[in-house]
Amino acid sequence: MEKILELKGVSKSFDGFLVIDDVSFSVAEGELSAIIGPNGAGKSTLFNLITGYYEFDKGEIVYAGESIEGKGTERIVQEGVGRSFQVSSIFQEETVLDNIRIACLARKNQTRNFARPVEKFGNATEESYRILESLGLKDQAGRYAYELAHGDQKLLDIGIALALEPRLLLLDEPTAGMSPEERIQTTHLIQKLWEEYNLTLIFIEHDMDLVFEIAQWIRVLHQGTLLAEGKPEEIRKNADVIGAYLGEDDVWETY
Amino acid sequence: MKRLNNRVFLSIIIIVLFLLPFLKVSEYVVILMNEIIVWGLFALAFNLLFGVTGMLSFGQALFYGFGAYVTGLLVAHFGASWFIPSILIGMVAVIVIGFLLGLITIRLSGVYFTMLTLAFAQLGWEIVFKWYSFTGGDDGIQGIYPPDFLGTPKAYYYFSLVLVLVSVWIIKKFVESPYGLTLKCLRQNAIRVSFLGRKVRNYQLGVYVVSGIFSSLAGSLMAGINGSIHPGMLNWTTSGEVILMSVLGGIGQFFGPFLGAGVIVLIEDIIGAYTEYWSFIIGIIMLLIVLLFPKGVLGEFSKLRRRLKI
Repeated sequence: MEKILELKGVSKSFDGFLVIDDVSFSVAEGELSAIIGPNGAGKSTLFNLITGYYEFDKGEIVYAGESIEGKGTERIVQEGVGRSFQVSSIFQEETVLDNIRIACLARKNQTRNFARPVEKFGNATEESYRILESLGLKDQAGRYAYELAHGDQKLLDIGIALALEPRLLLLDEPTAGMSPEERIQTTHLIQKLWEEYNLTLIFIEHDMDLVFEIAQWIRVLHQGTLLAEGKPEEIRKNADVIGAYLGEDDVWETY
Repeated sequence: MKRLNNRVFLSIIIIVLFLLPFLKVSEYVVILMNEIIVWGLFALAFNLLFGVTGMLSFGQALFYGFGAYVTGLLVAHFGASWFIPSILIGMVAVIVIGFLLGLITIRLSGVYFTMLTLAFAQLGWEIVFKWYSFTGGDDGIQGIYPPDFLGTPKAYYYFSLVLVLVSVWIIKKFVESPYGLTLKCLRQNAIRVSFLGRKVRNYQLGVYVVSGIFSSLAGSLMAGINGSIHPGMLNWTTSGEVILMSVLGGIGQFFGPFLGAGVIVLIEDIIGAYTEYWSFIIGIIMLLIVLLFPKGVLGEFSKLRRRLKI
């Protein structure tokens, strides 16, 4: 399978503290994979590097055959990398519909239009409703984003990324702060979205059971280095990983 | 239903504004109303930056004063026939000036943006104040009369009213457009807007220029109401006044700043007739509004309406 994303010896430090240390891996197009690791392992930093939000110090990141260096977040997003955030990053005072619609308009390069009301953009509106439907948020389209329950705000965040029709979708702890039932539902939803939208999807997750259930490939990050990667059953058996974390339930339960 | 209510309400206000000169009111009232609608336009233009995009400019007097001086100087030097063209010239010139200044000011955010806009406006004020031979310094410029057919307060009122209403309509369409939605979104979450693949600064620059254009129009129109201009129009107190109007009326509501402009102009006029300490009254009112009704008059009103579901 073709590589959509490749990291080659990527390092990043903050104030002399090495957060990402010589990380290399490649992601095959169409893959559904997970990144696991304890707090401070550098998982979110990795997403920030891939999306150009942080600049890396060393190495190279290649997306869709081109180095992302110097491109900047906006261009990388335009080229098909979407992401959601650990803490829901939504537009609190806009309606649920407009949260998605602004993303549809952005993808269609229509946000510069200043003469026609947003409601008149029929295609963007229809597409927004379709996305809300696949997220199960259609009934709430008219509510303000701040009125949503926490779990629904997390879904809305994913929806905004999805509306950009990304080739590569990065979900940063999509189930953070959810109840156990919500976590299971959301995990299945992620799998469904991955199939429905033909995505390459990487998600960060703490709940091992859920990761093992849907991920085709798992990467374990530990203190900024890639400790192991492989199929779920391989990771389960990998002595290093078991030694480091999988036995230590408390590491995962702290948040 | 709510939309319909709003439309009916707006139509009534527009009809009243048009009929006002026919009611038995004095010329003085017509002039006062003219001032209210022009201040209202200025406040709406300012609120594009503050309420909509979240950029608190403390220097919109620069564009307002610029429009006033373009009109004032052209009419003073070349005659009344230049009055109407001067309005347009001011607005076009502001596109260039606003763009160049904006390139610098929007590099900073938050209070630094505010301070930089203030600094540029004070620079403009200083130039106008000190350049006696060209601007008339602190004497200002008198005798700025519009052409004859706009010579009466009534005619000039209608002229302003049409321009203000057209501007308000354009600004409203602008806010409701995808561009406007992008501005509102970047106020709430600028990082996410970058992650939509949009360059935040381009949109900030755009709205900075648009706000400047309508501020300039308001300045030009004001020059025609008073027949005179003075450097104070560029001073920070003018920028401050438009902030007060917006906060008083409600920055989260489209027409909030317009209403705020009306209230403050009326207070200045009515209470100013009794005491020269009218700014004291405005201070107390602002204090009460900020403490008790932080969303402003119109903001609290619409909250009440939502609660009562009307």
